[in-house]
Amino acid sequence: MSEAIVQVRDLTKRYGDVEALRGVSFEIAEGEVFGLLGPNGAGKTSTIEILEGMRRADGGTARVSGLDPQTGGAAFKRSVGAVLQSTSLPDKLRVDESLTLFAKLYGARVDRGALLRRFGLEEKRHAFYGKLSGGQKQRLAIALALVHEPRVVFLDEPTAGLDPQIRREIYDIIEELRREKKTVLLTTHYIEEAERLCDRVAIIDHGNLIALGTPRELKQRSAGTTRIEVALSKPMDTGDLRSLEGVTDCRDVDGRTVLHSTRPPQTIVALVKHLENSNNELQSLEIAAPSLEDVFIELTGRRLRE
Amino acid sequence: MSHAWTLTLFRLRLAMRNRAFLIFGIIIPLAFLFLFCAVFARGGGPAVAYVLASVLAMSVMGSFWGLSQQLVMFRESGILRRFRLAPLGPGTMLISSIFSNLILMVPGIAAEIAVARWMLHMDRVGNLLSVFVLSGLGAVTFATLGLVVASVANSMMETQVINQLLWLSFILLSGVAIPLPSLPGWLQEVALFLPATYLVTGLERALILKVPLSQLGAELASLGGSALLAFFVCQQIFRWEPEEKVPRQAKLWVAAALIPFLLLGVWESSRGGRLAEARSILRNTFNERPAQRDASPPR
Repeated sequence: MSEAIVQVRDLTKRYGDVEALRGVSFEIAEGEVFGLLGPNGAGKTSTIEILEGMRRADGGTARVSGLDPQTGGAAFKRSVGAVLQSTSLPDKLRVDESLTLFAKLYGARVDRGALLRRFGLEEKRHAFYGKLSGGQKQRLAIALALVHEPRVVFLDEPTAGLDPQIRREIYDIIEELRREKKTVLLTTHYIEEAERLCDRVAIIDHGNLIALGTPRELKQRSAGTTRIEVALSKPMDTGDLRSLEGVTDCRDVDGRTVLHSTRPPQTIVALVKHLENSNNELQSLEIAAPSLEDVFIELTGRRLRE
Repeated sequence: MSHAWTLTLFRLRLAMRNRAFLIFGIIIPLAFLFLFCAVFARGGGPAVAYVLASVLAMSVMGSFWGLSQQLVMFRESGILRRFRLAPLGPGTMLISSIFSNLILMVPGIAAEIAVARWMLHMDRVGNLLSVFVLSGLGAVTFATLGLVVASVANSMMETQVINQLLWLSFILLSGVAIPLPSLPGWLQEVALFLPATYLVTGLERALILKVPLSQLGAELASLGGSALLAFFVCQQIFRWEPEEKVPRQAKLWVAAALIPFLLLGVWESSRGGRLAEARSILRNTFNERPAQRDASPPR
């Protein structure tokens, strides 16, 4: 791994009685797309906002391009671009005007036409911000984050609340950033986003970083197993199901039972027999290869989007 | 400074696209001017200048509302957060608000003077340099006070409550709605502690007595001092985020900002010249009026 451009050490943050971050540490190499994956309230936004200089950490250190976000001043701000989770522009500001405005504030020369084309906003260049759709606003937010050619790009839940088509468009933009060797830190609670886009993923929960690695490395925790998710007519003790043939893990998640098995056919046969003997019924059954969701469930016993 | 100018142009552009600017900045003050003149200064003469001073002061003090609400709206809707990412500080944001407000106020002030002179038959134009400098400085002062309110208030609702309280006290006690000499004696003394009073009496002196800038020292010092102090205070307590709370120490800054008004009020109260001059202007203005005009003062 090349030298770290983002360094986070023992970061802590508290909001009143709530401990949002409990000693989070990680590093991001230049040119890497790094994901912070976790449910709502896990501490993702606190982490990214400390790195953007928007919040002050209670403890630990954060460095981006060698600069402290709180004291790095204009040099820090010019080295980073960010898409915030909740932000806006005035409704009566036109798309091309917003690009010009932020380019001037950063002292950057910008080819507005090229930027508008790149983000599919050419037809909307004279449109007011207030008239844009959610997807167009998000594409504009990303364009504004890149208007000054930053080294590091922070994307806080860039696809949250967007429909699948727009989400795919945002994925394409992030993949383009990877090709341009930009360093990207993105937070998400979408598994497919982390798996598809990120070189490495840190799973974060209740302010703790609970796993870190490439999506492949993380999924190897469940290597060799298949995920069998079933809905039963009556709740069942997961302890009994753990003893079924091939089962390596079994948990109740959101009222459904998730089993991991090294021998799926045998497990399913044994499960059906067990249900018959217990006077229980199988209502639905899904089989899938393990995903980061399974890693999260294994680590926390909960789904990501609970 | 170039960032402040960039943001000023951005704000001007937004204001020109907002119908509220035309309505509150030009149409409503002109409507008030016509209405007050129709009631108190029929037939023109010096009373028009007296009414104009009140309407100009009201327009200038209007900066107070617009800027405080805009800053809170920008903060609550997350617009300030977006600007926070750019390499600029609170001072730049605040200066651009004040500059753009000052520029936007000029056409309204010019229109009010022109209408008073050519449509309402004002018999004098006063010292225009003094009028424009006082109006400009007043706009800066009240804009800055509005920004202090916006920095202290935690929501739009809270901003409107504080604005109403301050606005009413400025309008009712400074001589805009009721001539200063018509207030009970003790209220006249209270009025001397308000920056608005110095704007109104200064505009009356400039418009009616043609007082040059060199003789408006107290007014300029009062408004300029208030503007500087209020700017310093709102820089200290500026908040980018809606959830950030005003630190207790910052509230002390707001309290400290009131000290010069107290000192000026005490000084003017002990001197007594301002109130005497306000009485003299009112008396002379309405005594000079032609016979066919109503003799009752504007209220």
